[in-house]
Amino acid sequence: MDALFYISAAVAIIATFIMVTRMNAVHALLYLVVSLLAVALVFYSLGAPFVAVLEVIIYAGAIMVLFVFVVMMLNLGKRTILQERQWQQPGMWVGPAILAAILIGEVVTIITRGETRMSGAAVVGPRAVSLSLFGPYLIGVELASMLLLAGLVGAYHLGRRTRETREKEDVIRTDAARSASGGDLVRAGNDRAAGSS
Amino acid sequence: MIGLLVRRNIIFILMSLEVMLNAAGLAFVVAGSRWGAPDGQIVFIFILAMAAAEVSVGLALTLQIYQRFKTLDADAASEMRG
Repeated sequence: MDALFYISAAVAIIATFIMVTRMNAVHALLYLVVSLLAVALVFYSLGAPFVAVLEVIIYAGAIMVLFVFVVMMLNLGKRTILQERQWQQPGMWVGPAILAAILIGEVVTIITRGETRMSGAAVVGPRAVSLSLFGPYLIGVELASMLLLAGLVGAYHLGRRTRETREKEDVIRTDAARSASGGDLVRAGNDRAAGSS
Repeated sequence: MIGLLVRRNIIFILMSLEVMLNAAGLAFVVAGSRWGAPDGQIVFIFILAMAAAEVSVGLALTLQIYQRFKTLDADAASEMRG
């Protein structure tokens, strides 16, 4: 059934175009998630169900969560509250919701109709992919694992706070503890009260 | 690609990069589906792993740049003038 493929492809193109032209990072992220889900449906209609599942789990699940976390960590201060109030207005999520509703309709169609592939597309199931992945492409799997390890170590190293900021935070914490203890420097930073030894 | 070239916000650049990688993977999967071979899907899995590693390192760099320059402008991090 070709209509499924064309509808999800149109949704993917529209969502990606809107995402590129958005100014707000969170709105762009919403459209990007819709676009990735639409691409997953395109994969399914092309006869690649395993890759469609991977797209939903890893791209729309894991990588987008990373983006959301970083956007959350970067938006600090009072400006965020105003933005949050703006985001609660219903106009912001109507667009992604409509596109996602179209995709949900397609999924329901797939589940009720059963086999709804693109005409002329050969189905390559997970079995064939796995046999080929761990057969001739085994060295690629090993290289991908090394790349992921390098990415892990690199992200950990870069994501650390710098020594300067850590020292500044320690100074602030020490000052706070000192003022809380009322000038008693011996017990500063200690949870025990001054009288109980 | 236009998003990558026009935008100056690092977050948007990374998002556009994701879209471009996704488009390349889509081309591979379509080619694999055309000839009924699993190779296209395997290359897409490799692209997926590469994108995951790239985006984690890129977002860590973004956080570091924001801590250091207090902005997300890509032009701010141009101390290493070429």
